[in-house]
Amino acid sequence: MRSSKFFAVLLASVMVLSACSSVQLDKKAPVEDRTGSNAATTSSNDSAKTGAANDGSADSRAGDKNAQNNQNAQNNQNAQNTDPLNDATGMLAKRSVYFDFDSYVVKDEFKPVIEAHSQYLIKNTDRKIVIQGNTDERGGSEYNLALGQKRAEAVRRALNFLGVADSQIEAVSFGKEKPKATGSNEAAWAENRRADIVY
Amino acid sequence: MIKSCLLRRVAVLSLLSFPLFAQAQLRIEISGVGANQIPIAIAKFADEDGAPHSPSNIIRSDLERSGAFRLIDAPEVIADNAPIQAANWKSKGADAIVVGRINKLANGRFELRYRLVDTLRGTELSSFVMTVQPQFLRFGAHKIANDIFYKLTGVPGAFATRIAYIVKAGTENRLEIADSDGESPIAVTRSSEPLISPSWSPDGTKLAYVSFERKKPIIFIQELANSKRIVLADFKGSNSAPAWAPDGKSLAMALSRDGQTQIYLIEADGSNVRRLTNSSGIDTEPRFAPDGQTIYFTSDRNGGPQIFRMNLDGSDVKRVTFNGSYNISPRVSPDGKMLAYISRREGKFQLYILDLTNSQELRLSETGHDESPSFAPNGKYIMYATSTAGRGALAVVSTDGRVRYNLSSKVGNIREPTWGPFTN
Repeated sequence: MRSSKFFAVLLASVMVLSACSSVQLDKKAPVEDRTGSNAATTSSNDSAKTGAANDGSADSRAGDKNAQNNQNAQNNQNAQNTDPLNDATGMLAKRSVYFDFDSYVVKDEFKPVIEAHSQYLIKNTDRKIVIQGNTDERGGSEYNLALGQKRAEAVRRALNFLGVADSQIEAVSFGKEKPKATGSNEAAWAENRRADIVY
Repeated sequence: MIKSCLLRRVAVLSLLSFPLFAQAQLRIEISGVGANQIPIAIAKFADEDGAPHSPSNIIRSDLERSGAFRLIDAPEVIADNAPIQAANWKSKGADAIVVGRINKLANGRFELRYRLVDTLRGTELSSFVMTVQPQFLRFGAHKIANDIFYKLTGVPGAFATRIAYIVKAGTENRLEIADSDGESPIAVTRSSEPLISPSWSPDGTKLAYVSFERKKPIIFIQELANSKRIVLADFKGSNSAPAWAPDGKSLAMALSRDGQTQIYLIEADGSNVRRLTNSSGIDTEPRFAPDGQTIYFTSDRNGGPQIFRMNLDGSDVKRVTFNGSYNISPRVSPDGKMLAYISRREGKFQLYILDLTNSQELRLSETGHDESPSFAPNGKYIMYATSTAGRGALAVVSTDGRVRYNLSSKVGNIREPTWGPFTN
């Protein structure tokens, strides 16, 4: 499981935090618990707690500039070496959410992807994403732009529901203007009914 | 009949035969003609051989394309001041004859002189003289065609107007403007990212459009004379579907900054944004009625997309389309009485027109991937994007469905046409 690597990164940052406050460690604990393979079953209650934990750590960092600098340095090192975003085989490597024809609902099979990204964004509040909605080629350009927006919005709301701050997400649409798959067949259309998460 | 076919070929050939304008990529293919055509002879203008364009050819092709005229063969040169053998032309079947002259002036400009003569009575119906810069010579010929069209049909001609459209050629996207016949194209802006939804300011001096150059849809307004442009709307989320108010002071548009795509108003300088619609679904593609008092738009508030109408403050929302489960891209005719839109029926996306006074609906296109309708400023024709052999092309149909022609390109896809306003 690649998530064990993610766990290690988290643990490292928690250890840095523990240097300034043991309370922080306690508050952080629920976060690391949910990085395991059971992430898919995370409830919205947990997400709310995660948000609170993050707020707490932000306060603490503001109170101790040295600790903050230390942590930033540590984070930078992590970003270069073991940022889970760079793990090509982890859940965070999945950046696309596919939709059924004429549908704007995130399917269950993509919930683990959304949850993984929500957890990453909650822990990395300096990271921002753009969600780019897309449609197949059929129909008008402006209406398709709005339909692509509807898909991007569905993903944005799902992340938001899991506790990701609005300020970290922008949902935009490419409509039918930037098809990943060209061609006028069901395979191409299915590939283009998609929202991409872009860091 | 044979004669008119030949003439049609001559007209098409003449459009292809200007080496100076070899980049002019739009080619006209007329595929239908109207009933009750007015027979007219257009003589070759005196001294037009040395000019960069042939006014008589441009006028012939304008009038023929309109479907309202039948060309009577007139290969000879007749100057504007030459005596007209009216009875002679009447016997050849022409109800009217056009004669003229082109003079190159010392300052490099061209003087165009023209006269329209009624062969039945032998009287002059119209005449004028104009001086144009060389790059506006074609436009000058279109103005003569406008005058002929108006004098003989009573309807203002829309030949001396411009169209805007998007061309995708390879990895380049271009917003171009061209004469209404697709000639003399000029690139307004170029981008490696998509461009959509060009919209003419009511005075024809600016274009609003949506560009994806910053990795999301943003609305720009660009002045045509000096290419100066401003960002009209770059709010969080998507910014699209700009539509000018008839007074040119504000625009309606679609924004997703508050979640779903909704309709907003904004001043033309980008100030004073206010939200007009408040639905749980999609509201987009706003279009002002010509009186500026109501806005037509596309909404899926009832399920599939349908066309609705509302007051400027967002009140009194009424559904307008009821046939079919997918009706988008409303465009109101200049007199406010007709609505053109795209409807999906049995899997085909086609152009329809609805008479708003009696709810009569008419299908106008025969193809199946049609988009982006746009009324000519005289309200008699609608230009739209269609697809021929998998490539985007522009098509024009008269609002009664009788006359149709295509403007096709040999290179690149053409989409998102919009017909500009009357200009001086």
